[in-house]
Formats: sequence, C-alpha cells, structure tokens
Amino acid sequence: MSLGAFLAALQRYLPADRILSHPAALAAYESDALTAFRQRPLAVAVPETQDEVIATVRLCHQHRMPFVARGSGTSLSGGSLPVKDGIVIALNRLNRILKVDITQRFAVVEAGVINLDITRAVAHSGLLFAPDPSSQPICTIGGNIAFNSGGAHCLKYGMTSNHILGLKVVLPDGEVAHLGSESLENVDADWVGLFVGSEGLFGIALEATVRLLPKPETYRTLLAAYRSMEAAGDTVSAIIASGLLPGALEIMDNLSIQAAEAAVKAGYPTDAAALLIVELEGERAQVEAEWERLQVIIERSRPYLVKVAQTEEERLKIWKGRKSAFSAVGRLSSDYIVQDGVVPRRRLGEALARIDQLSAKWGIRVANVFHAGDGNLHPLIMFDGRQPGALERAEALAGEIIDLCIELGGSITGEHGVGMEKRRYMPRQFGQVDLEAMQRLRRAIDPLELANRGKVFPEGEPPALHHVGPHPLERAGVISRE
Amino acid sequence: MSEKTDAHEATPVATQDVSALCEAVRCASRVCARGASTKLPCAEGTATVLDLTKLSGVIDYQPTEFVIQVWAGTPVRAVQMLLAEHGQYLPFDPLLIEQGATIGGTVAANANGPERYRYGGVRDFIIGVHFIDGEGHHLAGGGKVVKNAAGFDFPKLLVGSRGRLGVITDVTFKVFPKPEAYATLRLTCAHLAEALNMLPKLTNCPYDLNAVDVVAEAERECVELRVRVGGLRGGLAARMDRVRALVGGGEIVSGEDEETLWREAREFTWLPKGACVVKVPLTPARIPALDAQLRGYARRYSVGGTVAWIAAEDIGAIDALLRAQDLPGLVMLRSLQEPRIGARLPNPFAERVKAALDPHNKFGDL
Repeated sequence: MSLGAFLAALQRYLPADRILSHPAALAAYESDALTAFRQRPLAVAVPETQDEVIATVRLCHQHRMPFVARGSGTSLSGGSLPVKDGIVIALNRLNRILKVDITQRFAVVEAGVINLDITRAVAHSGLLFAPDPSSQPICTIGGNIAFNSGGAHCLKYGMTSNHILGLKVVLPDGEVAHLGSESLENVDADWVGLFVGSEGLFGIALEATVRLLPKPETYRTLLAAYRSMEAAGDTVSAIIASGLLPGALEIMDNLSIQAAEAAVKAGYPTDAAALLIVELEGERAQVEAEWERLQVIIERSRPYLVKVAQTEEERLKIWKGRKSAFSAVGRLSSDYIVQDGVVPRRRLGEALARIDQLSAKWGIRVANVFHAGDGNLHPLIMFDGRQPGALERAEALAGEIIDLCIELGGSITGEHGVGMEKRRYMPRQFGQVDLEAMQRLRRAIDPLELANRGKVFPEGEPPALHHVGPHPLERAGVISRE
Repeated sequence: MSEKTDAHEATPVATQDVSALCEAVRCASRVCARGASTKLPCAEGTATVLDLTKLSGVIDYQPTEFVIQVWAGTPVRAVQMLLAEHGQYLPFDPLLIEQGATIGGTVAANANGPERYRYGGVRDFIIGVHFIDGEGHHLAGGGKVVKNAAGFDFPKLLVGSRGRLGVITDVTFKVFPKPEAYATLRLTCAHLAEALNMLPKLTNCPYDLNAVDVVAEAERECVELRVRVGGLRGGLAARMDRVRALVGGGEIVSGEDEETLWREAREFTWLPKGACVVKVPLTPARIPALDAQLRGYARRYSVGGTVAWIAAEDIGAIDALLRAQDLPGLVMLRSLQEPRIGARLPNPFAERVKAALDPHNKFGDL
C-alpha cells in the first residue's frame, strides 16, 4: 500500500484542506490525554458529513489502511492514540444535533457533538443528558460511546451505555448498520449494548439516539470530615445499608484535600484524614424524607465537622474542590499517573490501607480521590519524570495497585477503558478462553483489524514513553479529570 | 445424553454441572436452553434441550454491595424474596414471577415490567454473565462490581438474545433499595387520545415516578391511566397529591388493591384465556396509528408509552399489522411458533456477532 495513492484517492472525497499530512499539522494528533504515549499518524482525515466518514472508512478498507477515530482526544487510557502505519479520522466536525424531541425525551446527535452541548440544547425544557464525565465540556459523544464513559453519578444512573437508545455505525469495512431504535424497549439482542464500550474496535459510531432525563427537582449536599479514612468508609457502608440511594458519594484523602484547597479554596478542612461528600437528589418531598435519615447516620458516624450546602452556590463550591482535585494534585507533582481500578465497596477501606502500604514501600506519594458509591478508585501516583527510573518505578507501583483491585474482586478499569494503558493487564481480569472469544468477535467484525489496532488486547510493542502528567488542556484549566 | 435425534421430540439434558452442559453443546447439532418455559418456545428442529432448572441457587449476595450473582435456572421469585429480606429488589420489574420465570429466561427474553420506567430494564442492571457459546466454550463477561469498563459488554449483548447467541449459566445484577411504600393514581379517560395527551406532562415532569401505564380494554372506548409512585413512607402522600394535581383528578389507591393492579400487569392475568401477548417497542407518537388498528384487542401501553403489550390469538394478523406500520414485535406466552414477528431490517453487525459466537448455528437463527 502506498500512502501517496491512498491520499490521492482520499482527495476524491475530501477537499485538500481537510486532509492533513504535514508534520506540523500532525503533531496535534500524536497523543491524547494519556500523554505517556505518542505516535505520529501518516495523515489525518477531517470529514464533515457521515457520507465522508463512510467513504473514508471504505477507502481505508480498500487500501488496508489502519485507522483510529478520534473526537477531542480526552481518553485517559490512550484510546485514541494513532497507529504508526495508519491514519486518524478526526470527527469533531461531524457535530450536528440532528433532532431534539422534547416530548418523547430523546435526541439524535452526530458523533462529534460535545457531551455538555446535548444538555445545553435541552436545558430550557428541564431535561438533561445524564452521563457526566469530568471532561464533559470538551469530550465528544462518539468518544463517550466508544469507551462507555462514566462520571460521578454512575451508581444511580449508570454509565454512557445506559443512556444510548440507538446507533448508526459504520463497520470497519464500510458497511453501515442501524442498531437499537428510539424506544426504551427492544425485542432483539442488545446490539447497542455490545457496541458501546468496544473502544473503537467495531467501527465508528456516526450518530446516536440518546435518552434524556428530567433534571432532578432538588439537591441536598453535605460534606463530612473524619479523623480516619476508615470512619469515612464505614459511613458509606452505613448509608448504603440504610436503604438510601444517593446520587453521588465521594471520598478524598488528606493529600487531595490539601491540594484542592490550595487550588480553589473550596472551604475544606485541611487537617481531615478523609472528606466524605454526599449528595441526595430527586423530588423534593422524597429528598426531604431521605435527608432526615441521612442526618441521623452522619451524626452517628461522629465526624468532627459537617458542612451542609445552604445555597446552590455553596453546593457548587463543594463540587468545585472535588472536581479540581486531579489538576490540583498536578501542582504538588510535575508528573503523575491516574489509576482507575474498582473494588467491591465493602473492601474500600482495605484497598486504601494496602495502597498506603505500597506507597510507603516504594517511597512514592499517592493521593486518593474516589467514587465511593461504586468502589471506583482514582489513586494519583506522583513522581518526578526528570529523575532516571522514576516513571518505571511509578508504573510498577501502578501495576501492583491493579493487581490489588483484581485480588479484591474488582476491575482494572471503572470508566477510563483499557485502551493502550491497561491492555497488558487484561489477562489478569479475564481468562485465556474469554480473551480468545473477544478476539474471535473482533475478527468476525473486522478481519483485517483495521479499526483501532493495537488497543485492548495484550499484544504488540508499546510505543515509546515520553512524559506523564497533566494534559495541556488540563494545565490550562479547560478540562479536569474524575 | 447428547446424541442427535431427528424427531421433534427433543432430548432434555437436565444437570447442574456446567461442564456437562458445555459438552452437550459441543456434541449437539441444534441446542435450546430452557428454563421454566414461561415466555418463549425452543427454536424449531431443536435436537437437544438443555433444561437449566437444576442450575439453580444464589452464588454470591452482598447486600451492602447492591450486587447479587445467581445461577441461570434460579426462579426469579426466590431471588426477589431473598432481596426483600434485605430491603432490596430487581428494579426492572421482572415478568411472570408467580408462574416460575427463571433468571436466565428473564435475561434472554429481556422481560421487563412496568416499573422499568423508574430506573431501567434488564440491560441497565446486568453487570456480569457466564455463558456457553456455540462451540461449547464457557465464557465470562463483565464482573461483580457495579462500575466496569473492561472488555466487550457480553452481559448486555445477551439481554434479549432469546438463546440464539449462547446458553446463559449465571448472571450478576446490580440491585437497589426497594421502595418502602407505593401508591397509584388511577384516572379514567374518555378516549385514548386524552390519556396520550397526559403522557408528556408526566414523563417530562421532575417527579420521580415508578410506572406510567395506559390500560385499554377490547370492547371499550375509555381507557385508564395508571401512575405508580414509590419511596419512603414520609412524603408519599404529598407526592401523590402533586401527581393528581398535574393530571387534574383521579383516584389514589394503596395497600393490597394497589399491589394487585401491578401484579396483574406483571403476571399478564389481564389476557383473555388462551391468548398470547405481543410485545411491541415503540414511542408514544407511534401509538395512535397502531391503536387505530387494534380495536377489539385488549392492550396496554406501558413504560410511559414506550412499549405496547397486545393480547392476541391470531398472531398472523398482528404480524401483518406490525409490518405495515414498520414496527417490530415479539410473541410471548403459550405460542410455539417463531416469536420474532413484525418489521425487521438486515443487520450486518448482528450477523457478524452471530458468526463469531455460534458459527454452526446451533442455537437457531437470530
């Protein structure tokens, strides 16, 4: 296959200014939010219509050209990292909201539409699109679909997959398939459910029919400070055992509290060993009844300080500290790795104690911020990339934390996906026979392995590591991580 | 036990040994997994029937995790009773519990009831699965934690797969706290149109509603709107008053009468004797045209008007009607014919998935 012939053929479908092949233009596509990996693609195609995407994919198939679909490049697992001998199909301009049906509570949007823009388009009618990854001001729905993105409200509302009703997709050989419908219900196997979270290996979602929910009538948010992590963890268990179903349950450790406080002055007590954030939401009368029950539990858990958000402004301040925790930790350390393991909720305390031990053993600082409601940990492993061997040591510690999550009965990833970053850990979570079945499935859909080659499955040589730390957009304060 | 037979009489294999089930799949040419036979028949020409009712029991239940893992042949009723002891439930409102429906069948038939309206269907609560593919491999998908992004989502894929992609052996669900109390508003509307006009008011309001159904009887013009609300006891009365104010009237029922209304829906006791039921996924805007052809049929528009349940004896007539309106359908209960009726589009994605998981078509066409 010659690149020249491919690009010449591509020009039949795309104007020259939307085919990037100059090294300077390609540099912007070398990496996503997992900046540890860099790879320059051969070229970048920038289609603006679904037909252009389909034509590009067909051409790739004809020329056996591997391709990687990319939205805003916010993947934390290297999911949109280019392949050396392939092209990137950039979907940001495929960004029309095709239909908004307020009465029937759904919208049809193209893959490049920004997550938050869906909610913005329907907010006037009191509706919202529930999935809320922290990168929602810039990440695209296509990327959310490929990686089944999460957020802070997954226990109650589920992940992206739970909010996708239908999909129009182009398979890796250019054939187009329609999956699901506009209805909540279905009489066939859940093809949409399989496609969502397939990390780009099954092709490219062109448009999605998404479910919209009424915005909760009211929120009640509190923050409780504890002298020990154990006490905060026990409180989470007590809340769950009481039959309450909070919209969000988050915990931060001392290091993250201090970092967040220094960064945004959220009013957090900096001497707390652990901070617990609880948010109830829903219909007013129900929330008030739940709130009474919650206060009894919190009182019994003996926090040394409780703050209740009295106004919407105070509520947002509590969240601002939490949402800025990752970028704030970036101030404490030039480089860090974000982990995304999951453990059963009842083993959170044990997991955190063991992470502390590992941190001490390696002499590497680890800050902890996590979605306590669903057991999703986000340890931030801090290191100085200028010191020889520091990255390798940090990665070794990260590997031990992943092993710990598996040992405790959890998962290697809660919401960031496998991508490049965690593919070598897949055999720790799945058996050989399971991985082979996934490979068979992948090859039945894409025999040439053109779509997002090199991701998810543990094979191939990883590209060179360069740098680990905040994404340039994160440094600029545009995005934050969960 | 796994010999091929050409006769219509299938050989049942009843075992609690998963490796024996795998072996049976490997040896047979046509296989059908069967639970309590409450919903769907085995595909025609099935040589070997795998009776999964012995593959029963709870594997793991951690109430504080909101997670339960059970064998596929476990009766749903047993699971709901165990969960209820800890104040929890399967929020998708599984169907035909009293008739013995099993967990595996509930997943394979995607059998959601009216309360699916509040938090979602089987797809929204299944987090892990083990199943046997068409080559006899016992495969795992998902896991036992409520949030998990690793690997392809086999658990969701199998929801509604009707046994045509694999034999489900166990399932892990996320569960939720069960509402402490329920109440239902019943409102009689002179015409269906009146009830349909009411729907968006209910489905778009910020009240937390558990079910929104419209009940239409065969011989009557008037229909009944039913709105179910659940939650903590305190606050429920106030919430019901708001619902009544929103729709402008109606009767509020609670206690046993209220339970009976929804039990009737879940168990399909409203069907005329001997009738099957056809499930039709749709949106509220499609209802008027469909309903215009359904006078004379008992029918319900459930889950805020996103699914129709039609009582039918002549499936051929419903099939033709659905095709004409470009709607899909699934025949459930007491029917021995192919259950998938109505409109169908070619689906190349589905064909490729089928080829990977069941290359010799042992489980029957999709």
